[in-house]
Amino acid sequence: MATAATTVQKEVLPPPTERYTLVGWLKKNLFDGWLNSILTFVTAALIYVVFRPLLTWAFTSAEWEVIPRNLSLFMKGQYPADQLWRIWLCLYILGAVVGLSWGVWVRRFQPVSVVVFLIPVVLIVLPFSTETRIHLAIIEVAALAGLALGRFQPQVVRRALITLWLLYFPVVILIIRGVTGDGGFLPSVPTNLWGGLLLSLLLAVVGIVFSFPIGVLMALGRQSKLPAIRTLSVLYIELIRGVPLITILFMAQVMVPLFLPADIKVDRVLRAMVGITLFAAAYLAENVRGGLQSIPKGQYEAAYALGLNGFQTTVFIILPQALRAVIPVLVGQFIGLFKDTSLVSIVGLLDLLGIAQTVLSNPNFIGKQQEVYAFVAAVYWIFSYAMSYASRRLEVALGVGER
Amino acid sequence: MQEPTNIASGANPPFWRDERVLNVISQIVVVALVVALLAFLYRNMIDSLAQLGLLPSLDFLRLTSGFDIGESLISYSRNDTYGRAFVVGLLNTMLVAGLGVVFTTILGVIVGVARLSRNYLVNKLASVYIEILRNVPLLVLLIFWWQGVFLKLPRVKDAIILPGPIFLSNRGVAIPWGIPTESWPAYLVALGVGLLLGIGVGVALYIQGKRTGRMPLTGFWGFLTFLAVAIIAWIVLPQPLTFDRPTLTGLNTTGGKGLTPEFMALLSGLIIYTSAFVAEIVRAGIQSVSKGQTEAATALGLSRFQTLRMVVFPQALRVIVPPLTSQYLNLTKNSSLAVAIGYPDLFSVAGNTIQNQTGRAVEVFGMIMAVYLTFSLLTSFFMNWYNRRIRLIER
Repeated sequence: MATAATTVQKEVLPPPTERYTLVGWLKKNLFDGWLNSILTFVTAALIYVVFRPLLTWAFTSAEWEVIPRNLSLFMKGQYPADQLWRIWLCLYILGAVVGLSWGVWVRRFQPVSVVVFLIPVVLIVLPFSTETRIHLAIIEVAALAGLALGRFQPQVVRRALITLWLLYFPVVILIIRGVTGDGGFLPSVPTNLWGGLLLSLLLAVVGIVFSFPIGVLMALGRQSKLPAIRTLSVLYIELIRGVPLITILFMAQVMVPLFLPADIKVDRVLRAMVGITLFAAAYLAENVRGGLQSIPKGQYEAAYALGLNGFQTTVFIILPQALRAVIPVLVGQFIGLFKDTSLVSIVGLLDLLGIAQTVLSNPNFIGKQQEVYAFVAAVYWIFSYAMSYASRRLEVALGVGER
Repeated sequence: MQEPTNIASGANPPFWRDERVLNVISQIVVVALVVALLAFLYRNMIDSLAQLGLLPSLDFLRLTSGFDIGESLISYSRNDTYGRAFVVGLLNTMLVAGLGVVFTTILGVIVGVARLSRNYLVNKLASVYIEILRNVPLLVLLIFWWQGVFLKLPRVKDAIILPGPIFLSNRGVAIPWGIPTESWPAYLVALGVGLLLGIGVGVALYIQGKRTGRMPLTGFWGFLTFLAVAIIAWIVLPQPLTFDRPTLTGLNTTGGKGLTPEFMALLSGLIIYTSAFVAEIVRAGIQSVSKGQTEAATALGLSRFQTLRMVVFPQALRVIVPPLTSQYLNLTKNSSLAVAIGYPDLFSVAGNTIQNQTGRAVEVFGMIMAVYLTFSLLTSFFMNWYNRRIRLIER
């Protein structure tokens, strides 16, 4: 019996996979008919024409030492050196939370996981100072610990994970901003010392965190049956969405002092944050509205039938489902916001792009625009791409759109 | 048996639990709060403006501006008014937005279709293009393009000469340009006639198609008619345009049309950036047409071209057009980043220069917002109209 079963099983072979020889692959993918062959040659020529000078420039004529010499400026601006541990602390926590998420949400083992968790290791090998290497090692350990916990205790962690992410951002702002005056445990660091990539990320984080409640309220207001509330929400959303961000940032710089009583002073970074938050809220409201509209009417009716009132229905039944449905969209908006924070350099703040312009005005680095801006673009690219990759994974893990 | 209480005729609940009363009260409260907030802000604004001696008024628009603008579609000098400077900026914005929309569409459709190509190389190249551009901030791209590429071109003396001739140098780009002669107005009239004739042919073919049930290529034949009229008029009339080629004279180029590095950087940056988004929209639109549609069309005996024209395109367009219009609007709004690279668009002229010189932030930003809101309203009107039309076809 056993032998018969095994022989039967042996006979049930998987369907033959299409295996190509190199020539076969080329023929199918590149030279499939004369039109395709011409296309292949034209594209190859185009790639050669564009990439050859680019690579030649990057590896021979470009002078990259401007980057390592100003790396700390690019990363954190003028954040005081004796308070740097606070930034590292945020990164440790980030490492742990990313590890946890990876362990819970990415079930299958993939080469990408190895790549992601090797990043700190690779950075350790690079010629940084010993201190930086120790910090990187701690991040790596935190990430691996998170990964292990997430993988082996997924039930324990899963419920807390979204909350953890939502909590992470306010905590970061608190750590960077500080709580007490001078002296104390976390002395406050004035915002004019925030700069570089740190400021770019913080602006995006502040924008998304503070626009969240406003945006959700506006989205609910726009769906409301009450005409006055609906009109006000629509007016706000359409007014903001119809105007470029740079207008709002300029207005925040020029007009916020006009609108406030004379004795209230608001510093420039805070004004930019207010502008970004008001701007992001309108877009977030539209995204959340998409989630609200995806909730079938039966959910409202069921809640009503159970005796919940309007407030309870919204908070306990509708919003949790609606927000869950739009998480990937919100991550996309966060990426867009992160890119948009570069506009604050126009109003004179020293974010990553603003710092780049300051570095270029240093007489030692005159004429290095190509190198510096290529570096800045690469940093933005890495962050945005990593986030959009993560959001695609998240979409699969949450099963959005599969129900 | 007790009769169930009839809710409709029964006693009303006390007013603090009556939903209708609550609704009215909550609206009044919200509106009152918003009005109070606005009044507070307005009060402060008037106070601060009164202190500065700048109470809101649009009179400043009639004052002499006293600053120059690098490039302008209408005649403008420093002796003109702020109002005219505003119009110059507005026209520059519309020029960049108009050209940007046309070229973005062309490039975006090409990349989007390339993204769907079965050719491995074409497909991968398109996806690399999209992934690079979508994850870099537009402002960084624009500044890189301006300072890293256009200003780093060789000096005029060693300008790169492309066939045309097109001169590329750090002073900008010089291209051949037509200079109208005496017969130019007559030629414009001929073009108008050709346009009408083309539309006429298209409509006639459309009516005939409706009658016979065999729809010819209305757009194609209409365009061909227009083209024929244009070419014939060009030959018949004594040279409506003379071509002026740029030439290298000493340290500058003369003749032709000179485009500044700022204009070129802004336009090409906007086109390249937005085309990546348009490409994704086009790809999604084409992919949204299910394979069964193509197969059914083939089964009905439609040729490959007919399938595309009558089955795939109309359905893909329905998915493509709404996000596409919002990308056009984005492009228009993004052109305000010109302020960072020194191209005199609406925002750069008004929001930066005029506002700095006059200090009239409230009026200037009000006007700027009004302009952009008009663009955005026009776009949403178009979109609503289009959606209604599409829905009619669907049912």
